[in-house]
Order: sequence, then C-alpha cells, then structure tokens
Amino acid sequence: MLVDLLLENKKTIIKHWTDLTIDTYPPEAGSFMRNQKNQFANPVGAAIVNGVEALFDWVMSGSKDYSPDVVRRLDDIVRIRAVQQFSASDALGFIFLLKKCLRESIPEKMMKDQHFIVELLKLESRVDSLALRSFDIYMKCREKLFEMRAMEIRNRTSRILERACMKYGAPHDW
Amino acid sequence: MDLHDLPKPQDLMDIDLNKPPETGWMNNPAVFKDGTYSYPAAGKNLKILGMPNPRQWAPADEDWKLPENWQEIILKGMKERLEKYRSFRLFMDICVRCGACADKCHFFIGSGDPKNMPVLRAELIRSVYRNDFTLLGKMLGRFGGGRELTIDVLKEWFYYFFQCTECRRCSVFCPYGIDTAEVTMIGRELLNLVGLNINWVIEPVANCYRYGNHLGIPPHGLLDMWEFMADDVEDITGIKVNLPVNKKGAEILFVTPSGDYFADPGTYTCMGYMMLFHELGLDYTWSTYASEGGNFGLFTSHEMIKRLNAKIYAEAKRLGVKWILGGECGHMWRVVHQYMETMNGPADFLEEPVSPITGTKFENAKQTKMVHITEFTSDLIKNGKLKLDPSRNDKIIATYHDSCNPARAAGLLEEPRYVIRNVTNNFYEMPENTIREQTFCCGGGAGLGNDENIEMRMRGAFPRASALNHVVAKHDVNRLLCMCAIDRATLTALTHYWAPDVTVGGIHELVANALVMNGEKERTVDLRGEPLGDEEEDE
Repeated sequence: MLVDLLLENKKTIIKHWTDLTIDTYPPEAGSFMRNQKNQFANPVGAAIVNGVEALFDWVMSGSKDYSPDVVRRLDDIVRIRAVQQFSASDALGFIFLLKKCLRESIPEKMMKDQHFIVELLKLESRVDSLALRSFDIYMKCREKLFEMRAMEIRNRTSRILERACMKYGAPHDW
Repeated sequence: MDLHDLPKPQDLMDIDLNKPPETGWMNNPAVFKDGTYSYPAAGKNLKILGMPNPRQWAPADEDWKLPENWQEIILKGMKERLEKYRSFRLFMDICVRCGACADKCHFFIGSGDPKNMPVLRAELIRSVYRNDFTLLGKMLGRFGGGRELTIDVLKEWFYYFFQCTECRRCSVFCPYGIDTAEVTMIGRELLNLVGLNINWVIEPVANCYRYGNHLGIPPHGLLDMWEFMADDVEDITGIKVNLPVNKKGAEILFVTPSGDYFADPGTYTCMGYMMLFHELGLDYTWSTYASEGGNFGLFTSHEMIKRLNAKIYAEAKRLGVKWILGGECGHMWRVVHQYMETMNGPADFLEEPVSPITGTKFENAKQTKMVHITEFTSDLIKNGKLKLDPSRNDKIIATYHDSCNPARAAGLLEEPRYVIRNVTNNFYEMPENTIREQTFCCGGGAGLGNDENIEMRMRGAFPRASALNHVVAKHDVNRLLCMCAIDRATLTALTHYWAPDVTVGGIHELVANALVMNGEKERTVDLRGEPLGDEEEDE
C-alpha cells in the first residue's frame, strides 16, 4: 500500500513540506521560524509545524470527515497567511506543496505501477479537498477583516450617536 | 507518462512561493499594499498645527509632492537632532548588530518581514547616518554600511517607522540598552519635517490642540457624555453618582484618555471610575479642558508632546487642585512618567500626592504630582477601604495584557494584578515570556490602530493572540483585561480575528462590578447591562 510507504516516511515528508512552506518567507524569517522552538516566541513557526503534521495525517487517514482538530490546524495556518503580504494564491499555495512532497518521496520505479498511481491520485484528491476547505477559511478571514473595519468606524463614536439619537428621538438600536 | 514528469504545483500555480528577494535589503523598495499602511495626514490638520507641507497625497502614488529640497531638510534635521539628543547619536553609533532584538518585534514575528527586525528598522536610518555623518561611511559608502538618502529610502522610512508601535519590547533584550522606539520617534520627527505623517496621529493631535481631546468634542458635548454615563450607572445601581466638572478648589484633578468616553468597552471603565469616586466621597473633578490623557504628540515630535501635555498642569493650576489622578491609560502614562515634569514642570504649585482615604503618601509621584489609578485603587484595597464582592464577576474568567507603556516604561506590573485578584475569582496569567516586561504589543499602538491598517495590525497582534489562545484553551479565559484606552479598542479587533470568544475590558469596570455601594439596589446586571448570573445555567 502506498499509504503505508508514505507513513513510514512521515517524518521526512512533513519536514519537506514544512521547509517548503517556511521557504515562502524571506530567508531571515525562515531561519527564525525553524530555530526558535518556543511556541509563544515563534507562533507562526509553531502553527506551521503543528499544522502540517495534522493535515498530513488527515490526508493519509482516508477519513471523509474533517475533525474539529484538523479544521483548527488548517485554520491556524490560513488565518495567519490571510493577513500576511501574500496574494490569495500564495497564501493557500502551501497546501499544494504537499503534492510535490508526496511525489518526491515515492521511488520512481514504483510509479510505473498503475496501482500505485491510482492510490496517489486518490491522495492528491484529498489534498485538493484540503485546498478547497482552505479557500473557505481564507474567505471567512478576509470577510472578517472588512467587517472589523466597518465595526471599528461604527464603535469609535457609538456612544455619541446613541446619545444623539436618544436626544432627538431617532431609533438607536444597531 | 512518468509521474515524475508531471508539472510541479509551483509551475501550475505560477506563484512566487520560493522566491525571496535576491538583492540585499538596501535595494528592496517598500511595497505599499492596501491594508498595511496608514492614510496620510489631511492638509487641513497640518495647517491647524502649523506643520510643514500640507497637501493631498497618497503613499501608493509615485509623486509624494515633497518640497524640492527635501533631502537637505531631512539631513539638516538629522544633524540638529544628533547634536540635541545624545541618546540618538549613541543609538546610531553603538549597535554591534548582535541580533538580540531581531526576533523580539511582534511585527517581525507576525509578518516575517526582515525590515521589521528592530535592528534592521534602525539600520534604515543608521545607514543614512553612516553615509552622511561618519568619516568611514563617507569614505567607504555602501561597503561601510552607508546609504544615500534617496526617495526610495525616504518611502521606506515612512513605511517602516509607521510600522513600529514604539512598544520597546526590543529594547528589553538589547545588551547596550538601545531603545529602538526612540529611533522610530526621531525617524517620525524627521518625516514630519517634509510633511510625511499619518492622519490617525495628526487628526487627534490637531483636535487635541484646539479642543483638548482626540475627537474634538467641545465642553458641552463632554458634559453630555458624562451625564449619559451617570444615567447608565443609576439604572444599574439605583445611585445617582456625584459628577463634579471643572470644580475649582477640588482636591484632585482626574485625567483619563477620552477614548473611554465614547467607545465601548472603554465606557464601562469610565463608568467604573465614577462609581468608585462617588463611593469614596472623593473631592475630585473632571475637566473639559484637560479632557484628554492621551497624547499623540508622542507619535509626532518632542515639541508636540510638550504642546499637548501642557494643558494638564495648566488646568491643575487654574482649578487649584492639590494633585492629579490619572485613569487607565497606556502611552499617556509614558508621557506623564517620563516627559511631563521635564517638559512642563516644575509643578511646584501642587502638593505631593496623599490619598485622602488612606493617608498613603505616593512618594513615587513626588515629582510629577500625578498618581496612576491602579496605584490609588490597590492602596484602597490594601487598606480595606472598599467593600468588594468578587463573585459578581464570576462569569468572567480573566487574563491580563500588560499594556506596553505602563508595564515596560513605567514598571506598573503588580498594582493592576493586585486589583484584579481582589475583584475577581478567576484570573490566569498568559505565558511568562509574553507578559510583564516581555509583554507583546496589541499591534495598534503609536497611532497605527486605524482601520485602513488592519492587516498589518493583525500581523502585529498575532504573538499576543497566540499567548491569549493558550489560556483560552487551558482555562476557558473569556475576558482580556488591559489598562490602556488604545488597547481596549485594538484588542477588541484582535480578539474578533484571533480569539472570537474573548471580550476585552478595563480593570475598573470589574472593580465597579464588584464594588458594594452604600444604598445601592440589588444588582442584577453588570456594567454592560448583562445579567450577573449565568441565566442559562439557572434555567
């Protein structure tokens, strides 16, 4: 089974995926994210390291459902990248990098076997599913940002408006 | 087809995932992406303040409409400041680039942008210093770390000096004691000389200069707001609180950030002050002139700090008070603690503050004559002067965010915690490398807490949020306490994005919830008008 082989190589694959994801940041930041092990001093690195492992496990698990833990891990990474200097495709592209890691961890000769190819395609579809899920999270994050902008403008003077509305008999419930 | 010949994901998406810039940092101009910079100051505000080069412009434009001799102006300004501020020259000279500060900035941690490393942020200006003010730099140019002041360099200064919240976390780790916040302050002063400033700073400054507070509310508007709050207090407690305004001969002048008059959740803290002072029978007064504790001059220039701060002592003198009490605030406290007496003192017309309730002498405030409210309240609690029922706050599981300026700049670490522990039963600290002197900024201080800058703010807020989420997961924390009006606004956005189940509030909101007042009706709701008990559980 291909999955067994990949699970045997889990450590290498995860490291590869982590490295590729961290490489999307400038090198100075990359070395910090790799080396600082305290999760509070390096929360972005921690989210990536913990996240990719959980996501890899989910892809391998074959489970149709997303457990709350997997969604949270995915959310942890996407929520960060949704506010960083990335375009939308750059922000979510890290998911697809797993395909590269999977392909490169399979010996070339095994790939001549159609059986393995079918198995790999199935796994890659699961990666696509993760990507779709991450679009949802990304969009929610972006919508949240715009909602927050509107809310801030409103709250800045909410009391004055409320007071003015009360004084002049205008409705003041939001 | 061989699977290994399939196009790689990178090829398919045509994205730049693995291409960090190949040129050195000196050659990468700043990119102004929407959501990561603040809008420039409106010309009308600069005119009000008599500041240079008022005009309409936008950071994303090619032409920033600078004066023709802008280079000369900046370099002359730099020379003046190098002579005037010994600290600035020292900070330019002594950095050995050890990197101790590099990974301590919340903006670097959250963004991964190397120019947010404090060392590199300072290097933006230091490179120009080397080039134009040191012999070695003049001789060696780029090889000696020098760099000519070009328009791209100036734009980079604007981008990154308005991307530093002056929180000073980096300075805690510098073995030489370099205060990068002060480098930012000088950087901003220099930018101001050619009309490069942000409206979120300059508009409050202009309002404050004319009306005494950030929103530009005239005296009768302030009175109206305070009365409105007093009405709310009456609804909740049944008590009509005493509301002295501009009272001549009062013992104490109370000054607090105006953000707490108008915007929730700060308003609840403000109501808390009114209740506390009423219960104590304190002889104090609010002021419609010194109606703002905040001082965005701190984010503009030294001259502007002084100009805006002057009203506090002036009002204390006019009203004939004995001493001044300051509300929960952040940068206000830095100004009061570190600049006020030097800039606008000596306050020899005031007395050394003594609590009229406990008799405690606040010797720490001997010079400034101004006491922080958490010092005042913790002294009351310590002396058993308040009747408190912490169970009224039982719905709240709290943690405390040390606001940068009171914590790092003024050492107010224990007093707020002492008060919190006495008014709540559920209090949990965030991890130790994220609190006290090492506290992480909210991401929106120093004038950056505007809505257009929201993405950058969220990057900077992430380290704080990550620590917060740890105590949310571990202890079900649902309230992030702070003692800064900017925090109360910016942390609210932080929690919306990063920790949506957490609300934000000040300390004196909880004090007032717990305060058992003489003659009060049975309290059924807290200051937010929410039921005291957990209704769902009761059912």
